[in-house]
Amino acid sequence: MGNVPSAVKHCLSYQQLLREHLWIGDSVAGALDPAQETSQLPGLPEFVKIVEVGPRDGLQNEKVIVPTDTKIEFINRLSQTGLSVIEVTSFVSSKWVPQVAAGATEISVFGAASESFSKKNINCSIEESMRKFEEVVKSARHMNIPARGYVSCALGCPYEGSITPQKVTEVSKRLYSMGCYEISLGDTIGVGTPGSMKRMLESVMKEIPPGALAVHCHDTYGQALANILTALQMGINVVDSAVSGLGGCPYANGASGNVATEDLIYMLNGLGLNTGVNLYKVMEAGDFICKAVNKTTNSKVAQASFNA
Amino acid sequence: MLSRLILFIFIFLASHLAGNVRGARKKTERGWGWNQLRRHCGGARPRPSAGRRLRGAQIGCRGGCWAKMAAMKKALPPRLVGLTFFRAVSTSSMGTLPKQVKIVEVGPRDGLQNEKNIVPTPVKIKLIDMLSEGGLSVIEATSFVSPKWVPQMADHTEVLKGIQKFPGINYPVLVPNLKGFETAVAAGAKEVAIFGAASELFTKKNINCSIEESFQRFDATLKAARSANIPVRGYISCVLGCPYEGKISPAKVAEVTKKLYSMGCYEISLGDTIGVGTPGIMKDMLSAVMQEVPPAALAVHCHDTYGQALANTLMALQMGVSVVDSSVAGLGGCPYAQGASGNLATEDLVYMLEGLGIHTKAGKGQEELLGLRSFTQTWPTS
Repeated sequence: MGNVPSAVKHCLSYQQLLREHLWIGDSVAGALDPAQETSQLPGLPEFVKIVEVGPRDGLQNEKVIVPTDTKIEFINRLSQTGLSVIEVTSFVSSKWVPQVAAGATEISVFGAASESFSKKNINCSIEESMRKFEEVVKSARHMNIPARGYVSCALGCPYEGSITPQKVTEVSKRLYSMGCYEISLGDTIGVGTPGSMKRMLESVMKEIPPGALAVHCHDTYGQALANILTALQMGINVVDSAVSGLGGCPYANGASGNVATEDLIYMLNGLGLNTGVNLYKVMEAGDFICKAVNKTTNSKVAQASFNA
Repeated sequence: MLSRLILFIFIFLASHLAGNVRGARKKTERGWGWNQLRRHCGGARPRPSAGRRLRGAQIGCRGGCWAKMAAMKKALPPRLVGLTFFRAVSTSSMGTLPKQVKIVEVGPRDGLQNEKNIVPTPVKIKLIDMLSEGGLSVIEATSFVSPKWVPQMADHTEVLKGIQKFPGINYPVLVPNLKGFETAVAAGAKEVAIFGAASELFTKKNINCSIEESFQRFDATLKAARSANIPVRGYISCVLGCPYEGKISPAKVAEVTKKLYSMGCYEISLGDTIGVGTPGIMKDMLSAVMQEVPPAALAVHCHDTYGQALANTLMALQMGVSVVDSSVAGLGGCPYAQGASGNLATEDLVYMLEGLGIHTKAGKGQEELLGLRSFTQTWPTS
């Protein structure tokens, strides 16, 4: 950029600029202009489902304990944004039947592609964890309860280092064949880059259809959106993210956490992909929770917009 | 609300976990250090984004953090959002990445000029010297503009004379006009850069003339540079959007690029000045430009104002661009959006390129860059 004189103050206000020029989509009801639809290049999914993990994966990594009614308010705000999937936490014991009685209609199980991580995290080998999950998922299916599977360390492990795509495939396939409807592949410590994402997905997609896969990228090294773009180009259409990029990384002090939902939506909107989500409302929910946990947002979109 | 929520239960293997969770909260375990991770991750060296050099491994384990949580999900039917300006991207462009990428480090110029506090001259010189030792092959040292416009660059002559000029490293400087060019050459400049824009309004606000008039001004500089055997790099601002005009057509960018290239610029750096671009729009713009100018003569200069810089850069690499501008520590904000972040961070760029197996011509890699980041956070300001 060249000289930047006082002309700055005469430019369009940012919110106005972006609304009017539709770089970020407004929540306008109605279908896409058919002409625009046909002009889209093939290869990218038409619709991307965003799985909002801020209240769960995000808050669990925040130091400040958030009061319950703040959490509820936060989730309520997220509910107004158009997000179709929002994960929320509560501590439960292994006896999950009471939760089912309380109205639970879906379960998730967490595997890992690393033996060391599995041992450190849930104190058993991958094989043992799969056997446990199998019992649970089978029982859930008998009760018509869908199950989502998570695979941690899909692109690297804080203990083992690099993880082979074959191992990720093996674990994912196991979870898929036991009945999980969707497998979320997590770059838990954010070490992945587009090349390792591509290699991992190429391997997994030989065994599991792309429609049953999701990516869960951490932004620890700033690679999340580039990795997600790669996943989209490979045909993945479910992406996990956290509003405001909540959460740090327990393996790297001071590091950033999940990819920020706002930045993800910005990219998806720009790519012409439907998400059904109102970016402004997500930004407002992000602003709310950042004030509540007393931290600066990790979302670049929010940083640019709220201070403009 | 419950009736609208789908509850998720994360199965907590309590029989295995209870003890582990309690223990894990109290301690961190020493796991693999970053050097070990690097060896296993194929050469990519992780770096702490907080800007501190990691001392040993800080590997903690929350023990059961994943498994102890239950989740609730809310299901709503998805609504379609109406958008009228966007571009999707095909997968056909994936896979053909350049084997080598030249990084043009613009921190000392584009980065610093957007910093509010005036950085003392010795500190600027030290920064550039450290960048030279980091192995970068092109470091934009300063800008020979009037201090009235950019006070941060008032010490341009002292900086250019004071830095160590390592062999094999270029130190281009910005010049707004012929007078600036002459001052730069007198100060020892061996390469210069000129600034155009793909937006009429931006050109008017920035340098108080039209795009056509700016070409005439550049002509004088380019002629003088040719006589002095000094290569000239061209910059084009607002290639993916303008703070005044909004959308910028790819055709306009192609027109301005072609003009600068035909006037004698050896390389044209296409700048997403306010960082509004996304990968589809980057692809559209580059498609138009590459019909007029060969990819080898192009560079991308992405601002990270909306967090899109690395994704946009990846798209450019997929299109065949092999020169990328970036700024150490992501220096610089955005004068059009207070509080926003600035340039693409060199560290994050190098991390991605190393992970992709792309040679960066940066001889020593990330370690020196890490040291630089902490340096930029501790420097004194006047």
